[in-house]
Amino acid sequence: MVRDPTADVLHGTSVIDAVKAADISRILAVPDLHTSAGLLARIADDPTLQLIRVCKEDETIGISAGLSYGSIRSICLFQYTGFLFAMNAIRAVAVEQSMPICMMIGLLGKEPGVAPIESSRFGVRIIEPILDQLGIEHHLIESDTDVGAIQPAIEAAYRNHRPTALLIGRRPI
Amino acid sequence: MLDRMKCLGLLRERITKEIVVATYSTATDWLAIADRPLNYFSFGAMGLASSHGLGLAIAHPDHRVLVFDGDGSLLMNLGTLVTATAVAPTNFVHVVWHNGTYEANGGHPLPSTSVRFAELARAAGYRKALQISDMSAFETSLDAILSEDGPLFVELIVEQGQLGPRSYADMYSAERREAFRQAVKLEAGASRHAGSLQ
Repeated sequence: MVRDPTADVLHGTSVIDAVKAADISRILAVPDLHTSAGLLARIADDPTLQLIRVCKEDETIGISAGLSYGSIRSICLFQYTGFLFAMNAIRAVAVEQSMPICMMIGLLGKEPGVAPIESSRFGVRIIEPILDQLGIEHHLIESDTDVGAIQPAIEAAYRNHRPTALLIGRRPI
Repeated sequence: MLDRMKCLGLLRERITKEIVVATYSTATDWLAIADRPLNYFSFGAMGLASSHGLGLAIAHPDHRVLVFDGDGSLLMNLGTLVTATAVAPTNFVHVVWHNGTYEANGGHPLPSTSVRFAELARAAGYRKALQISDMSAFETSLDAILSEDGPLFVELIVEQGQLGPRSYADMYSAERREAFRQAVKLEAGASRHAGSLQ
């Protein structure tokens, strides 16, 4: 049996290409070790994306909402701990006010090939159930074969005025 | 000390196509005297008014964005001062109504009533940061507030306003958000048209 060489690797460039294909122009980010080198550093070096570095994760939710009123699409990039921190902003602005907030959440410490719900890390295990309770659609982006889900998820979020979550399950390279 | 309603009244006389982002007690006072489509209300996530305003300022460079923040609200999101100055939109004006209390939550005092917000903003890198506590200084500063390049920060020392339950339900409404969306779209179209005629 021939193993799919893209099944166990996630390239930051693949993620960035998918994000650009969805007309994202702004990345609102708090650094996360999980996505630091493979994704955030590449975004910072990309002249076609504007990176806005913020101090706390809930700021990204407000800024992204404001940008959406000018038809500017953005991604909120942070670690799952930041997602937990920003919970009230996500609840109020993204969910209750039906805003197209697109979150890219690094699952630091998730074991590759293991479903988030089965991770040995408590913080990782609770992310999908919380998203389910909030009614936020989510997609696990674990390898290059999953990257195809990114553009449709973002397009749907902006079309339907609702949030979406892209869970980065493996450290991008 | 300033009377918030009097200040808002003076602002109402001067404001035209500015986007006003208001939150909690100041928002209900503002809405009472200036119910207009270019109002944007930030509720449900205390502290985020300036973040909403920052996004709007980036998205609408032809509009001046005035954020009417609360002192308790700003303390919940102090990092916004640093983010705003890093992005540094020239159309961004951050007004903090400083009454020393969580007025919307029963009038309890801030953890410290000696915070000097204008100094915090200046240290964070705002192009200009004012602290105003009397009416004549406020009137004198109105031109700067409404026309000088930002990011500007204005700390207004105000008396505590009316306590008690205020209704935010209308501000939350999807209809109001949609009206705002249409209003900024219309203004953006008008700006493009004006540009093409020049």
